[in-house]
Amino acid sequence: MTTTTMSHDEAHHHGAPTGWRRWLYSTNHKDIGTLYLLFALTMLFLGGASAMLIRAELFQPGIQLIDPDLYNNLVTNHALLMIFGAVMPAAAGLANWMIPLMIGAPDMALPRMNNLSFWILPAAATMLILSFVVPFFPGGGTQINTGWTIYPPLSVQVGMSMDFLIFAIHLLGISSILASINIIVTLLNMRAPGMTLMKMPMFCWTWLVTAFLLILVVPVLAGGVTMLLFDRHFGTSFFDAAGGGDPVLFQHLFWFFGHPEVYILLLPSIGVLSHVIPTFARKPLFGYRSMVGAMLAVATIGMVVWAHHQYTIGMSLGAVTYFMVGTILISIPVGLMVFNFIATMWRGAMTFETPMLFAIGIILMFTFGGLSGVMLAVVPADMQYHDSMFVVAHFHYVLMPGAVFGLFAGVFYWLPKWTGNMYNERLGKIFFWINVIGFNITFFPQHFLGLAGMPRRIIDYNVMFTEFNVMSSIGAMIFGLSHLLFLYIVIQTIRGGRSLKKSENKSWEGAKGLEWEVGSPPAFHTWETAPQIK
Amino acid sequence: MSAKEHSSHYFIPDPSPWPVIGMISLLSTLFGAALAMNGVSLGKFIVIAGLLLFAYLLFGWFRDVIAENLSDRYNKQVDRSFRMGMMWFIASEVFFFGAFFGSLYYIRNIALPWLGGEGYLGVTQEILYSQFQMAWPSAGPGELGGAFTPMGPWGIPALNTFLLLSSGATITWAHWGLKAENNQQLVRGLIATIALGLLFVVMQAYEYGHAYSELNLTLGSGVYGSTFYMLTGFHGFHVTMGAIMLIAILGRSMKKHFTAHNHFAFEAVAWYWHFVDVVWLGLFIFVYWL
Repeated sequence: MTTTTMSHDEAHHHGAPTGWRRWLYSTNHKDIGTLYLLFALTMLFLGGASAMLIRAELFQPGIQLIDPDLYNNLVTNHALLMIFGAVMPAAAGLANWMIPLMIGAPDMALPRMNNLSFWILPAAATMLILSFVVPFFPGGGTQINTGWTIYPPLSVQVGMSMDFLIFAIHLLGISSILASINIIVTLLNMRAPGMTLMKMPMFCWTWLVTAFLLILVVPVLAGGVTMLLFDRHFGTSFFDAAGGGDPVLFQHLFWFFGHPEVYILLLPSIGVLSHVIPTFARKPLFGYRSMVGAMLAVATIGMVVWAHHQYTIGMSLGAVTYFMVGTILISIPVGLMVFNFIATMWRGAMTFETPMLFAIGIILMFTFGGLSGVMLAVVPADMQYHDSMFVVAHFHYVLMPGAVFGLFAGVFYWLPKWTGNMYNERLGKIFFWINVIGFNITFFPQHFLGLAGMPRRIIDYNVMFTEFNVMSSIGAMIFGLSHLLFLYIVIQTIRGGRSLKKSENKSWEGAKGLEWEVGSPPAFHTWETAPQIK
Repeated sequence: MSAKEHSSHYFIPDPSPWPVIGMISLLSTLFGAALAMNGVSLGKFIVIAGLLLFAYLLFGWFRDVIAENLSDRYNKQVDRSFRMGMMWFIASEVFFFGAFFGSLYYIRNIALPWLGGEGYLGVTQEILYSQFQMAWPSAGPGELGGAFTPMGPWGIPALNTFLLLSSGATITWAHWGLKAENNQQLVRGLIATIALGLLFVVMQAYEYGHAYSELNLTLGSGVYGSTFYMLTGFHGFHVTMGAIMLIAILGRSMKKHFTAHNHFAFEAVAWYWHFVDVVWLGLFIFVYWL
């Protein structure tokens, strides 16, 4: 991809506004992207702290540190904070920063709405944290002991904290729908002249599909939790068998959202990989067209296989068989993506900077998580694994590498572009190794725990599970604390580090694309005159 | 920045306070609602404050957008962004209603037969509700809310169908007027549409009153009452919103804001109105008729 016009960085803008208004009133995609990323980082630490408390409690059998209700609430909050607070906003932050730079657009298509979709997030986080805090006050009711899936009838019985959670989900839904509308419109309407859809950078493609999924499934979750709210307070019986409703209906509504949500978390990171691997293998991405096709296939099939989360509820055999076959089919396009990445590296002139290390880590560990997913997809086998620690191990192997490592790779890859400073490569590599080793010590033993029959989401366990739990908890402490190093590296890079030269727009030798043709850091407004793509 | 520069450049608005005000209004509305639902009397005042702020936000944000449009700062590309944005918003609304229609389908075709003892897990019925026969309309085996009469399709619902379909025609007639630069036809068409829409809402309110007082059909009437009121209620809410949007468009039409080539706001509301129309057809068929 070549451009004939350079960006007119300093054309007629006066640069950034100053003071608090710059952030509160922002209409600038870079500032809003930064806000998203900082918010996600904060939530990552909150969610991580709850996870470390959970693992600390599970260090020994018996009940040591916290009440069972608080434990259940922590399990709930860990999931919600990580999924809605950390991963989705971080991916949206990358999208905000990079999509306009990558497609040669002056900003997101609807800049004010962009700011609204960010600022709803702190409101949602407030409601979520209130749902956690309220039970500690007199008259605050019981804690949320349902897990993030908030299945009725238990969720109908929880006290007022559940209402805070339901409204938090509404807010998160509004935020992600607005953000998705903005991203789709930007990608369809704001591309530089000459950039056809099939010339669009892969990260943009993955976000186009992600945003599409979000618009289709988030309203269904909103509808589901609205019904839950009405069942709780206004006497409806959607999920009450005595009134002719069915608690299983909520599970269908939830997982109609929840399963595509997995791909919503995963795809942006796949997009980052599609930039990181070609850069450090110094070869173009293998099979661009097949990647796009595979992604569309994953999204399409992913929309219609949700009930594999509910094999044990007693669906008809025909339905169970359909959901099993559909689920296993997804492994074909996902496998194609993995092979494309491997083929991109094949005979490349590879170097192993931190983003590349994360990328290779993803390919290895995500594939592993995907394979345990195929095990879980098989109905008779799943009857054994269901709700065991094996499931916990499986989805952490999918989501940590698949989503979070991809975001780390993206941050290390683009941090020099955002800040104009190079991060400390040695510390980056140390972070990668501690992180990956900690992760594997934490979650690998959980496979064995699950296969041996340890149920998940329970505060206590049989003494025969002690050894693997001790191992897992030690790993979790290493893994959790390693993120402080990440924080240190990021702060160090923002405040200084090795400055890039003014002319050094490209932070990486093999990097290609429009985002590397603007300055490092980019001017406040970029691509005010769109580049011509040949 | 002068307006001239913007004819070729994509319009990027200056920093704006509205998004943060939107955040505060949403937060206080929902925070207050959560309190109010749990019997904290302060809650409803927080809700009212939040809603007032939200109304102020809509007024202020749209005032800015209208002013920008009138000062000719939007080029064709900006117009396209707005159009696409509205289409995808409506797409998300379709799926919101899809959740409720899907639930209705699930309840009628899977959950109730199951409760009635169908399928290989139907044996549980003998233990739980051995007397229960699958039927529709149903308030479930517990007959929650007592005996009720379901809402038939021929009567007010059929009349309402006629009202909404006619309003779809009148708004199209108004659009033709706009495209022919015939402001009188535009205004008259809009007034007719608003009148039909409001009449629909009034009829719907009357129907609810009738259902509650004479048919004993309430929100608590088992799953029939739940689905009936949820689907028609959310639809009625959308019609009300649509009517308010139409009134705003009527005001702007009377001020001659629109031209034959620059009237995105009109079209957005018209699309929304047609969407609400189509949802009603689904309601009429699946909730009232079948």
